Amino acid sequence: MTETTITETAVTLTIDGRPVEVAEGSTIHAACVEAGIETPTLCWAENLTPVNVCRVCVVELEGSRALVPSCSRPATEGMVVQTDTPRVRHSRRMVLEFLGSGVDLSQADDLQRWMKAYGADPDRYGDEDHPVERVEEPVKVQDELYIRDYSKCVLCYKCVEACGDDAQHTFAIAVAGRGFDARISTEFDVALPDSACVYCGNCVGVCPTGALQFKTEYDLREVGEWRPEDQTVTRTVCSYCGVGCNLDLHVQDERIVKVTSPSDHSVTSGHLCIKGRFGWQYVHGE
Amino acid sequence: MFGAGGGTSSYAEVEQADVVLLWGSNAREAHPIFFHHVLKGLRNGARMYAIDPRRTSSAKFADRWLGLSVGTDIALANAMGREIIRAGLHDPDFIARSTQGFEAYAAHVESYTLDWAAVETGVPAEAIREMAHAYATASKAQILWTLGITEHHNAVDNVVSLCNLALLTGHVGRWGSGLCPLRGQNNVQGGGDMGAIPNKFPGFQDVEDGAVRAKFEAAWGVELNGVPGKHLTLMFEAMEAGELRACYVIGENPADSEANIGHARKLLAGLDILVVQDIFMTRTAEMADVVLPASVAWAESEGTVTSSERRVQRVRPAVPPPGQARHDIDIIGDLARRLGVDWGEPGPEELWDEMRSLSPMHTGMSWERLEASGGIQWPCPSADHPGTEFLHGWLWADDLGGRDPAPFSIVHHAGPPEQLTDEFPLRLTTGRALDSYNTGVQSGGYASPIRYGDAIDVNPADAAELGIADGERVLVSSPRGSVAMDVRLQPDIPAGLTFTTFHFPELVDANILTNDDWDPRSGTSEFKAAAIRISKLEPEHAPA
Repeated sequence: MTETTITETAVTLTIDGRPVEVAEGSTIHAACVEAGIETPTLCWAENLTPVNVCRVCVVELEGSRALVPSCSRPATEGMVVQTDTPRVRHSRRMVLEFLGSGVDLSQADDLQRWMKAYGADPDRYGDEDHPVERVEEPVKVQDELYIRDYSKCVLCYKCVEACGDDAQHTFAIAVAGRGFDARISTEFDVALPDSACVYCGNCVGVCPTGALQFKTEYDLREVGEWRPEDQTVTRTVCSYCGVGCNLDLHVQDERIVKVTSPSDHSVTSGHLCIKGRFGWQYVHGE
Repeated sequence: MFGAGGGTSSYAEVEQADVVLLWGSNAREAHPIFFHHVLKGLRNGARMYAIDPRRTSSAKFADRWLGLSVGTDIALANAMGREIIRAGLHDPDFIARSTQGFEAYAAHVESYTLDWAAVETGVPAEAIREMAHAYATASKAQILWTLGITEHHNAVDNVVSLCNLALLTGHVGRWGSGLCPLRGQNNVQGGGDMGAIPNKFPGFQDVEDGAVRAKFEAAWGVELNGVPGKHLTLMFEAMEAGELRACYVIGENPADSEANIGHARKLLAGLDILVVQDIFMTRTAEMADVVLPASVAWAESEGTVTSSERRVQRVRPAVPPPGQARHDIDIIGDLARRLGVDWGEPGPEELWDEMRSLSPMHTGMSWERLEASGGIQWPCPSADHPGTEFLHGWLWADDLGGRDPAPFSIVHHAGPPEQLTDEFPLRLTTGRALDSYNTGVQSGGYASPIRYGDAIDVNPADAAELGIADGERVLVSSPRGSVAMDVRLQPDIPAGLTFTTFHFPELVDANILTNDDWDPRSGTSEFKAAAIRISKLEPEHAPA
């Protein structure tokens, strides 16, 4: 039996004046990573299909009238891409400002960093007489595993993708409502325990803003005891079935406070089940 | 050797398979992240057949569900084999070059006609035919199974009946095609790899092989017993016969997990001494004369585990063990010292290095390589060997490199020994639920919003006939005893079949009901096929 050999065809493009070679089918974003150019992303994740909604990763492509999303546009031979032109910076800044003007991004560490880098000022859209309308919703605390705080949600759809056909195939959540009232919701907005949710927590794993949060983290934040700088992360293997999922145990004060999985590992691609994600309390004898 | 204990393929291969037979496995709940790989396969166009008495949450993703009667797997597999041969869809070149015993197999399965199998299994002949043709004509096909195959009185026969299908069609030994038992515990594969099997040394080396024994004797400086030991089920038989009087139980809860549990508890209670080493005060630990508190293997200690794709991965301590809990290695070392042997104080890496110096399939897996990679798949015989994605590639070599061709096995259909009777007219099968695990000592520690307890799933038609309602507490009886359970009406379970999990033994002693039959070769008990009766509770026990 002969092995089928797949020969990857390479394409060369120019990014910010430098030639970059990547495998055919790679995205412009992947080429930027290859070239060591950091590009902001929000709705993109390496373990999800690009959903193309946030527009913070846009770049200027020679010959293209509009800016193009780098996370989903395939790189092709001879492309000429600019990632740091005034037009790109302006667009990224405005997208970040729009996002920041409507919801609470205080726990979105990456977005905070990008907003600083692009000089985004979300407050400039309103004044005392005409305040900007913000999403204000009570936090949904419906069980002991994770919470939903939609006043922090930027509608990046990552959770919908992870719950749906990018990973979990449970389809417990989707977008309900239109325009400013659009929210990620369970079917008929029922409480989570009554929904189709199977509590894998893969939505929480991909959420970039803290809108979805493990209850352990939420509780510690509520009492001002969430201290990422004091946490260690240890990679180990789940104790339940024999699939061998890698777990990253986030530990603070000798207690596990959160469990994630590396998105670049061949076994999990960053996704877990309810037992691996939440079934660790017995370690602390409870 | 064809038949060494490990899944032949990697998870990535199922993503590229054309046909997947998910046989006796509810992977969606019992192996959820493996099922993600299956789902990728389905999205890539694979056709999936789910062979299970229950229409499980896994089966709902299948192109076709074959709801066979409990314990008729061999009838189904042999009928598939016959159909593949009669339709000329077998691989004569592969069979001639790499297998032996085909003629006898073909003659044996000749009586397993589609029509006969349809009656015996309850699966329509046309469905068996479709699955046989799909499997045989696929370019890459996987057979995946779990305890629906192995928790039977004829577990090994069930497994080899599936292996026969792979040999018939050449669906083994090449990338994308294979045979994969999904392992139920995080290191049940590793335990076997390390020699925690009655007749094996580490690396599946036979204790009865003099040369192997000599190698271990030279390394360890002791004389070793060449007589295979007893597996768990035989140990209980030996307890019953009064031959086994002392038990040292490490990380297992047999006082809750054994079939026919009332009997097993009596035997454990009758031991001269019971020592339990565990992280929990399990029911078994409560019965023990001595309890040795151990640290949590995956979060408080250094070590390795091996997954269902033979991937050896490191586990690491993230938190300190509580109180007097200690690493298993230290406890065992101290015990040895008290018994008069000083092994020093070796750490996990030192022990690992000793093990891989004796187990050729692990030799190339240094601690550093395991640390640097995302795990290595055995066999990995040398430092420059990348590990092995799929097993038995030699079956496709021009000559077999001196190996014996892979044997077909002649296996006969034999349904569950415990027949349904007028007194016990319903079949009970057991299994896992998504959020829970075995006897619940670990999974009981977190507040799952989707936990429903050990209810008994009953088809609505059966419930109507019995006059019982959803949520009603009923008395479930088998020839071994009775337990009170809540009814859960479940249209996905066929009439005549019932199902329960066994995760809450403190509340529902489900293993009171399960039976004593077990497979003489694997020692696995028949958790999947008891005969039961459901009766209404007397009015004073009924809910208000």
